[in-house]
Amino acid sequence: MSAVAVAGAAYIVAALLFILSLAGLSKHETSRRGVAFGIVGMAIALVATVWVTVTGAWGQPQAALGLTLLVAAVLGGGAIGLWRARVVEMTGMPELIALLHSFVGLPAVLVGWNGALYDTGLEGALADIHHAEVFIGVFIGGVTFTGSIVAFLKLSGRISSKPLVLPGKNVLNLGALVVFVVLTVWYVITPEIWLLVLVTVLAFVLGWHLVASIGGGDMPVVVSMLNSYSGWAAAAAGFLLNNDLLIVTGALVGSSGAYLSYIMCKAMNRSFLSVIAGGFGIEAPSVGDEDYGDHREVDAESAADMLVSASSVVITPGYGMAVAQAQHGVADLVQKLRERGVDVRFGIHPVAGRLPGHMNVLLAEAKVPYDIVLEMDEINDDLASTDVVLVIGANDTVNPAAAEDPGSPIAGMPVLRVWEAHNVIVFKRSMASGYAGVPNPLFYRDNTQMLFGDAKEKIDDILRHL
Amino acid sequence: MSRIGVVAEAPREKRVAATPTTVPKLIALGYDVVVEAGAGAQSSFPDAAYAASGATVVPAAEAWASAIVLKVDAPTPDEIARLADGATLIALLSPALRPDLVEALATRGITALALDAVPRISRAQSMDVLSSMANISGYRAVIEAANEFGRFFTGQVTAAGKVPPAKVLVAGAGVAGLAAIGAASSLGAIVRATDPRPEVADQVASIGGQYLEVVVPDEAKEVSSDGYAKATSEAYDRRAAEIYSEQAADVDIIITTALIPGRAAPRLITAADVASMKPGSVIVDMAAAQGGNVEGSIEGERVVTENGVAILGFTDLPGRLPQQASQLFATNLVNLVKLLTPGKDGHLRIDFDDVVQRTVTVVRHGEVTWPPPPVQVSAAPQKAASAAPVAVEPKKPMPARARGWLVAAGIAVLFAVCAFAPPPLPQHFLVLTLSVVVGFYVIGHVAHALHTPLMSVTNAISGIIVVGAMVQIMAPDLTVQILAAVGVLLASINIFGGFAVTRRMLAMFQKGQTR
Repeated sequence: MSAVAVAGAAYIVAALLFILSLAGLSKHETSRRGVAFGIVGMAIALVATVWVTVTGAWGQPQAALGLTLLVAAVLGGGAIGLWRARVVEMTGMPELIALLHSFVGLPAVLVGWNGALYDTGLEGALADIHHAEVFIGVFIGGVTFTGSIVAFLKLSGRISSKPLVLPGKNVLNLGALVVFVVLTVWYVITPEIWLLVLVTVLAFVLGWHLVASIGGGDMPVVVSMLNSYSGWAAAAAGFLLNNDLLIVTGALVGSSGAYLSYIMCKAMNRSFLSVIAGGFGIEAPSVGDEDYGDHREVDAESAADMLVSASSVVITPGYGMAVAQAQHGVADLVQKLRERGVDVRFGIHPVAGRLPGHMNVLLAEAKVPYDIVLEMDEINDDLASTDVVLVIGANDTVNPAAAEDPGSPIAGMPVLRVWEAHNVIVFKRSMASGYAGVPNPLFYRDNTQMLFGDAKEKIDDILRHL
Repeated sequence: MSRIGVVAEAPREKRVAATPTTVPKLIALGYDVVVEAGAGAQSSFPDAAYAASGATVVPAAEAWASAIVLKVDAPTPDEIARLADGATLIALLSPALRPDLVEALATRGITALALDAVPRISRAQSMDVLSSMANISGYRAVIEAANEFGRFFTGQVTAAGKVPPAKVLVAGAGVAGLAAIGAASSLGAIVRATDPRPEVADQVASIGGQYLEVVVPDEAKEVSSDGYAKATSEAYDRRAAEIYSEQAADVDIIITTALIPGRAAPRLITAADVASMKPGSVIVDMAAAQGGNVEGSIEGERVVTENGVAILGFTDLPGRLPQQASQLFATNLVNLVKLLTPGKDGHLRIDFDDVVQRTVTVVRHGEVTWPPPPVQVSAAPQKAASAAPVAVEPKKPMPARARGWLVAAGIAVLFAVCAFAPPPLPQHFLVLTLSVVVGFYVIGHVAHALHTPLMSVTNAISGIIVVGAMVQIMAPDLTVQILAAVGVLLASINIFGGFAVTRRMLAMFQKGQTR
């Protein structure tokens, strides 16, 4: 039984464990088990790989250095990863995940380069295919790398989250793809190193442009799209290295990420293709000249009175809650109201926040039990019979214009129909528009009252008055 | 600081335009308030109460000489003559029905605001006198009918025999109609209601009435866009007339509230219908002032037909609850004055860019500004809802056939690649395709709340790229080794960080009971 055969068997086991891991993560009850499967699968894959590479290179002059580098890199990387995972704020989760994607993209580029630099001694058609694989791997990896970096910068607020609109951006994107195909053919015929440099740069620029031209409001989709790209990058590396485990895992991640993006596009009534192509967020938002009338303000004390006298309350949080770090206050409020016998539930819009499931993670952090946290479809029909809806830092996801104004840029996007409730209290810093730049007629409804100020402070005020 | 004069009404009008409760609110807006002696007497608001609330009680001439005059009913020509030059008059003017009055007011720089012209938009609801008065009228119409009617409203089974409940038909389910339905059904009657607007069916049902729908074949029912009922089509009218005839023979009491703004009231109940009613039945025609919904009704009078049906054409129904009516009216007025006094400094400013202020202004500085441009109100959600899908539809994805071709083409390409590619490649494609399919199905039913953990796990798993870098780290080339080491380092951050952060997140998710 050779080391390679053992590794092959181990890879099959690891691939199976990864599938089980993803399957487990689709339900709360099995999610922890799912992560455990993933970790075990990864451990098996790593041990098998180390074993096969070490035995394969044993006795050769470069083995000692290789082994040292290997151990140092794994330990160093592992330490950094664990440290980041421990200190990250739950509100900073989107940035972290975007950054981690870039850590898949760059190795994919490096693996591709290595594949080119290190002569495998292939002949004829196989050599051609190898060259094409190098190119594809480098290209996907490069796009993932810079795309993730831009997403990270946007999410962490280091650069503006406004979409970059270059003239003829679709032509630029398509042109980049055409150039890539041409370069690939060229490289297959004459493998020159400068072509590889060119394609790397091209991929970096394309990745940067793709994500830069997507607006901040669509970030949840972008993050899961990059997740998908990182999977394809790994799959491409698998083709390059003749490694089935990489192909299986990459394809799993790639297709699940794509499907996740698709679910979210549906939730936002966006076209999937135009997101993948870095297209949207550019439709000019209509100018909110329309007169919606006046809004009414409410103070924390009367808001507290309304909550206490209500029999059912629904809270719809948005990114504003994350920004204000108000989730703990909200959780306290929920607990106090529940102790008084008020039926409190949460209504989460699929794209609330900047990451799929962002709100759920924040509420979970604040120890809100997940069985009162409902999805949009589960809660929407109950909103009409709800006494008070608290809209905390959400805007576009509760915009009645999406349902009622066919001319609105967000028309047709499914939204939480909070305006059907008897009373709506909107926590907001100002009357400004949301991410989509669309004015929100909800604020001017007769049953809506505005509570201006920092969501966290206002929640604390309400708690004091309870 | 301007002076507001509250003047007394003609003896038949029992309401008053300001009450001791609203006077302080006017004063708070910066105005000086004078009240004509005896203005509130008929509404049981004595002069002393006005004086106590901060107003000055003055003789009639002085009240009429104020810069702003508040009144309930439209002024007579004599009264218009008593207004000061450049004064502002706020009252019920029904400008659409009384062009002569509007003409008469357009003199000497006078500004006239018609309270009954407030548009039906949600923002102006607090000033909508028609609604607040209609509410009172509807209630009072039932009380008047009950007074006239020689029987119980509610059904009873007593030792002396069984008493059947009264049957009431309310024509028109506007504010007055709904109030009437509510009052009649709370007295125990069986209440039926008609209205050309099908959308009121739920409202009628919600306060205890039964909605009689006029079913007209092949006619799209119109949803009202301005909040009021519209004139109806011929076919509709024919069917409606049949319903009224059927109902007239059956019910004991009919209350008609049908009004179309700016037009004569529609004739709903014919003389034949009235003749078919049982003796002792009662009809209250709330539209008598606008010509009447009932043939034979006389404005302001009680008429008894030959077959013993009483037709009440009272036009002062709100005035028959004077205290409440004055209070609601005066509050509507305060709200309007508040809108017109943005600075709360006792200076009336009319902003013609504001749709409410534009619409109520009938005469400005002696010039007729009636009729105002039309206002579209938001009372038509159905329309918007039905329009929405139309706008969305063109975005629908490509037709099924095109999609089918695309899938077929994709499979053909895959087949060609696998058929012609040298050995290791087809096997890789097999693995790739199967994995893609597995990926889709495994993720298919993920709970939305788990999107973030799922993503961070898939992210960690895609760190499997480390395997590729590890294999290369043993290559006999220093550059390759170093690049591979960097790759291993980054991918390791990803793997360890991804799994650790997912575990951290999942540890937070918990069910309610386990708290």
